[in-house]
Amino acid sequence: MIESRSRTAWLPHLVLALGVAVVAFPIYMALVGSTHDAGTIGRGSLPLYPGGLAMENYAQAWSQGSGLRVKAPPVSRMLLNSLVMALVIAVGKIAVSVISAYAVVFFHFPGRMFFFWMIFVTLMLPVEVRIIPTFKVVSDLGLINTFSGLTVPLIASATATLLFRQFFMTIPDNLVEAAKIDGAGPLRFFKDILIPLSRTNIAALFVILFIFGWNQYLWPLLITSSRSMDTIVIGITKMIGTGDAQTDWNLIMATAILAMLPPVAVVVSMQRWFVKGLVESEK
Amino acid sequence: MHRRVIFDGKLLPYVLLAPQVAITLVFFFWPAAQAVYYSFFLQDAFGLRLIFVGFENYRHVLTDPLYLASAGRTLVFSTAVTGLSMASALALAVMADRKIRGAAVYRTLLMWPYAVAPAVAAVLWLFVLHPTIGILGRSLRDLGVAWDYKLNGAQAMALVIVAAAWKQVSYNFLFFLAGLQAIQKPVIEAAAIDGAGPARRFWSIVFPLLSPTTFFLLVVNLVYAFFDTFGTIHALTAGGPGKSTETLIYKVYVDGVINLDLGSSSAQSVILLVVVMALTAVQFRYIERRVHYG
Repeated sequence: MIESRSRTAWLPHLVLALGVAVVAFPIYMALVGSTHDAGTIGRGSLPLYPGGLAMENYAQAWSQGSGLRVKAPPVSRMLLNSLVMALVIAVGKIAVSVISAYAVVFFHFPGRMFFFWMIFVTLMLPVEVRIIPTFKVVSDLGLINTFSGLTVPLIASATATLLFRQFFMTIPDNLVEAAKIDGAGPLRFFKDILIPLSRTNIAALFVILFIFGWNQYLWPLLITSSRSMDTIVIGITKMIGTGDAQTDWNLIMATAILAMLPPVAVVVSMQRWFVKGLVESEK
Repeated sequence: MHRRVIFDGKLLPYVLLAPQVAITLVFFFWPAAQAVYYSFFLQDAFGLRLIFVGFENYRHVLTDPLYLASAGRTLVFSTAVTGLSMASALALAVMADRKIRGAAVYRTLLMWPYAVAPAVAAVLWLFVLHPTIGILGRSLRDLGVAWDYKLNGAQAMALVIVAAAWKQVSYNFLFFLAGLQAIQKPVIEAAAIDGAGPARRFWSIVFPLLSPTTFFLLVVNLVYAFFDTFGTIHALTAGGPGKSTETLIYKVYVDGVINLDLGSSSAQSVILLVVVMALTAVQFRYIERRVHYG
């Protein structure tokens, strides 16, 4: 194309490599930190290369979580909590939104637009602006320290409903007509035609919503107080405490790496759908 | 939003809508209404009685120097996070848009911090910039900088900004790249033939054509800096030292959950609600426009 002169060809590589280095640097240091002992780190003599204690640190974090100064549930437990929360939120949001969008697009009934706007307006009501009353509702329902309390209130999704609605609008009328002539009722059409057609959209949304669920912070902080309910993201900030130099940084860094692995694996392995979903769901 | 061909069903659509509408009512509208309601009341010292005070809570909040200082801080913080993450993302996207070897690899390597939780990003940067054990924190001290974010408010703010912006670069990068790839190449080639250099081509053709993406990202990043950075701040500085990293969201949390000041925190919530509504409205106006211009 333009400007393919070799004189400037190195510039993009330089800038991009620099970008990758800045992005990767803190993660590399976390990896290094997770392979040394707490003493080395606490003395401020952590080198730039990995040490030999990876197995010990990860094993201890995984099965005990706690060290000499840090008290935490085992990382395996916290990862399980996060996994359950992220999966229930992602699957729940998709299920609830796909049927709402179906109702709004394929039926005419009194109150249709009212309900659509009602779902839409929740975009403007993030947890942060209704912290205490929402906490009170959850506590009145007896859902504090339960997985239901952690997930169900987050399952409503204006974004997902809007995305499905937008996609359903593009389905040609004669396809619906043909299905009706062939004798398909509304549920049959939904199950055999609409859902298979929505597969790509569902995959893309799943990636985004899984990350959304996994990375929740304020909500689990409010709803759970028992340590056995700690998600990995909450657990790791509790491990840090006030950020003293003399703490089990090797365990904390091993936990940080383990906390990043599942969501990063989901994003990288489902890259194609993720990019599509990201760019489309924000339209 | 009208389809010609639809299904018949009197009850079915309501059944399909029921789960979402129920969650919305119980966990969104009812609590939001409560927040508005409580913002007009004052709770007595024992939490037993509510006294109606009209707009007193709002007057109190909006004239409170602490609240105004927090609003100013939020502005500085949001502007810095948005500016830093968008500028670096744009530079990276422009480079990745060129026809170079390994563009897909770079994209993958730049993409994944999107998946890192804000609080975990905070932990990573804490470990690097810790004044006594962090590799960069120690280097700063070796260079003679009195680096200690636990004592110095400006340094704490810088740390929170870096951790928050770092995570957001990948998101902005993906959108800028998609925006750049949608620009018709012949337009740029024509400018090149007319003798416009790379910088000129970027600022007078590419950047204006990219403005819908830029504007959209501006809103999204402001919302992110406002709301989603609660975890970053909570994990890194807990609003401190003093109140030097206490943003508006963090203040609502402290006043409501820690200090249990129901009236004031409700009034603050309602004020934030107005901010979110304004930002959402702006975002949707933009979408309307994009539809018109195709």
